[in-house]
Amino acid sequence: MNNTIEKSQPNRRRPRFVETRWNIKTAPYLFLLPTIIVFCVFMIYPFVSSFFMSFQELEGGKFVYVGLKNYIRLMKDSIFITALKNTTIYLLIQVPIMLVLALVIANMLNQRFLKAKGFFRVSVFLPCVTALVAYALIFKLLLNTEYGLVNYLLTSLGFPKVDWLNGPISAKISLIIALTWRWTGYNTVIMIAGLQRIPEEIYEAADIDGASSFQKFKQITIPLMKPIILFCAITSTIGTLQLFDESYILTHGGPDNATITVVHYLYNMGFRYLKFGYAAAMSYVLLIIVAILSAIQFKISGSDDL
Amino acid sequence: MRKNFKPGDVTGTRLIVYYIVLILVAFVSLFPFYVMFVSSTLSTSQILNIPPHLSFGNQLLENFKNLSEKINISRVIFNSLFIAITYTLLTLLLDSMAGYALAKYEFKGKSIIFGIIISTLMVPSQVTLVPMFIMMNKIGWQNTYWAIIFPALANAFGIFLMRQNMTSFPTALIEAARIDGCSEFGIFFQIVMPNMKPALGALGIYNFMSQWGNFMWPLIILATKDMYTLPVALASLEGLMYKDYGMMMLGSTISTIPIIIIFLIFQRQFVSGLIGGSIKE
Repeated sequence: MNNTIEKSQPNRRRPRFVETRWNIKTAPYLFLLPTIIVFCVFMIYPFVSSFFMSFQELEGGKFVYVGLKNYIRLMKDSIFITALKNTTIYLLIQVPIMLVLALVIANMLNQRFLKAKGFFRVSVFLPCVTALVAYALIFKLLLNTEYGLVNYLLTSLGFPKVDWLNGPISAKISLIIALTWRWTGYNTVIMIAGLQRIPEEIYEAADIDGASSFQKFKQITIPLMKPIILFCAITSTIGTLQLFDESYILTHGGPDNATITVVHYLYNMGFRYLKFGYAAAMSYVLLIIVAILSAIQFKISGSDDL
Repeated sequence: MRKNFKPGDVTGTRLIVYYIVLILVAFVSLFPFYVMFVSSTLSTSQILNIPPHLSFGNQLLENFKNLSEKINISRVIFNSLFIAITYTLLTLLLDSMAGYALAKYEFKGKSIIFGIIISTLMVPSQVTLVPMFIMMNKIGWQNTYWAIIFPALANAFGIFLMRQNMTSFPTALIEAARIDGCSEFGIFFQIVMPNMKPALGALGIYNFMSQWGNFMWPLIILATKDMYTLPVALASLEGLMYKDYGMMMLGSTISTIPIIIIFLIFQRQFVSGLIGGSIKE
C-alpha cells in the first residue's frame, strides 16, 4: 500500500500531467467518464439488480430466491389488475382526447392573421410548467364536492352536484380532466412547430382546387403531421403508464382503488409495505408493457417511411 | 396586411370563431392559477364559502404564519433551490461533455455507448426505484441532497440534445485550434462551450423545471421535514387531518411563481429546446 502511494505522488506533481493525458485518443473517453460512471451506478446496476430482485423476496431481513412467485402472484392480484385497467382507461380515453385537442388548438394558433399568438401560446403552455403537486392541490379544491367551484357552477346552472373525487367513475373523469388540463399545451407547442414545417404552397394549391378547410385539415395537415403526432402519442403513452402524482394526491388512488395507477400501486407495495421483490416484479411488467407499446408505435411509423 | 393575403389564410367570421375558442382555452388554462393566487390570500372558511370569493382577500400574512408553523418554509425553499440548481449545473456539464465526445470524436465503442444511453430513454424510471432505494440506504445517502441529484444525472435526453447541437458545430474550428496547439480539454471549454449557450440555456431551464417539480423519488428518499423539497412538503400538508386550503394554496403559489417567472423570461429558449429534442432535423 505504502509503495503505491509514494509512487503516485511524484506523478501528480508532474507539470505536464494534463497535456500528456488529454490527447485526441483519450479525450473522448475522459469526456464520457463521468457519464459512464453515473449510468453504470445509477442506471445499469439498479436495472439489472431490479431484474434479479423480482425473483426474490425479503424474508426476515434477507432476500430469498422465490422463483416466479412474485410474477404469478401479480397476475392474480386483483388490485394490480384494477390498476392496469385504470391505466388502460386513461391511456385509451385521455391520450386521444388530448392529442386531438392539441392538434386543433395548434392549427388555430398557426393562422397567420391571428393576433396575440404569443399570449395564447403561453396560456396553453403554462399548466405544464406548474409543479405537479401544486396543480393537483388546485384541482382538489376546484373539484371539492361541497364547496368546489365546479359544483357551484353546475348547481347554479340547475344541474345536480357531482361527487367528483369520490365516485368510481367521476373520480376517473376528474383525473382525466386534470391530466388534459396539464398536458394539452405541451403537445400543442410541439405540434405548432410541426405545422410550421408544412410548406404553405401545399395549402395554396389545395385552395385553388377548391378544397374546404376540413378537407385540407384531413388530407394535408394530418398526413404531414403524422410523425409529430406519433412522437406525441409515444411520449404521452409512456407518461400515462408512469402516472403517479395525480393518483397519489388528487384521489389517493380511491375510492376503493378506482383511480389507482400501476406506479401508485408499485409505490404502495415497495415503499409502504416494503415488498421490494414484488415491487421490482411490477416494475418489470411495466417495462415490458412500455417496450411492447413503443415497439408497436415505432412499427407503425417505420412502415410508412417517416 | 391585406396585401400579403394568401388563399390559405383564415379571415372574417371564421377568424372570430377561432378567437372565441382560443379565449375560452386560455381562460380554462389560466383560471386555476387565478383561483390559486386568490385563495392564498383568503382564509379557509372564505375559500369554502358559497358563493365563492373570487377577489383577493387580506389573509395572506395569516396563511404565511400558519404555513411557517407547519413547514420550515425558508429551509424547504432552500432545499428545492439547492437541489435544482446543483443538479442543473452538473447535468449541463456532464451532458455537454458526453454530447461533445459522441458528436466530435471517432473512438472504439462509440456506437455501443450511445446505443446504451439512448435505450435508457425507454426504461420507465420506476424499474430502478427499489434497488436505488436499497443502495442509497447502504451507502448512507438516504435523506440527503445527493440521493436526489446523482441518480438524475443519468440523463439520456440531455446527452441526446447536446449531441445534436454539438454535431452542427463546425469541425474545422476544432481542427484549427488543435493545430494551434490548444489541448482537447481547452478546445471544449474555450471554443465549443461558449457557442453552446442557446442549447445549454434550453436544457438548463428544462432540467431546472423538472427537478423543481420532482415528486416521487424525493418522497421516497427524504425522511425528515428539514430535508423536504417544496412538492414533498406541500403533499405533507395535504395529508393533515384539517385541510387548511388557504395555507396549501399559499404553498402552491410559492412553488409555482418562480417557475412561471423563469418560464416567461426564457420561454423562447425553453420551447425551442423542447422542440429541438423532439423533432428530428
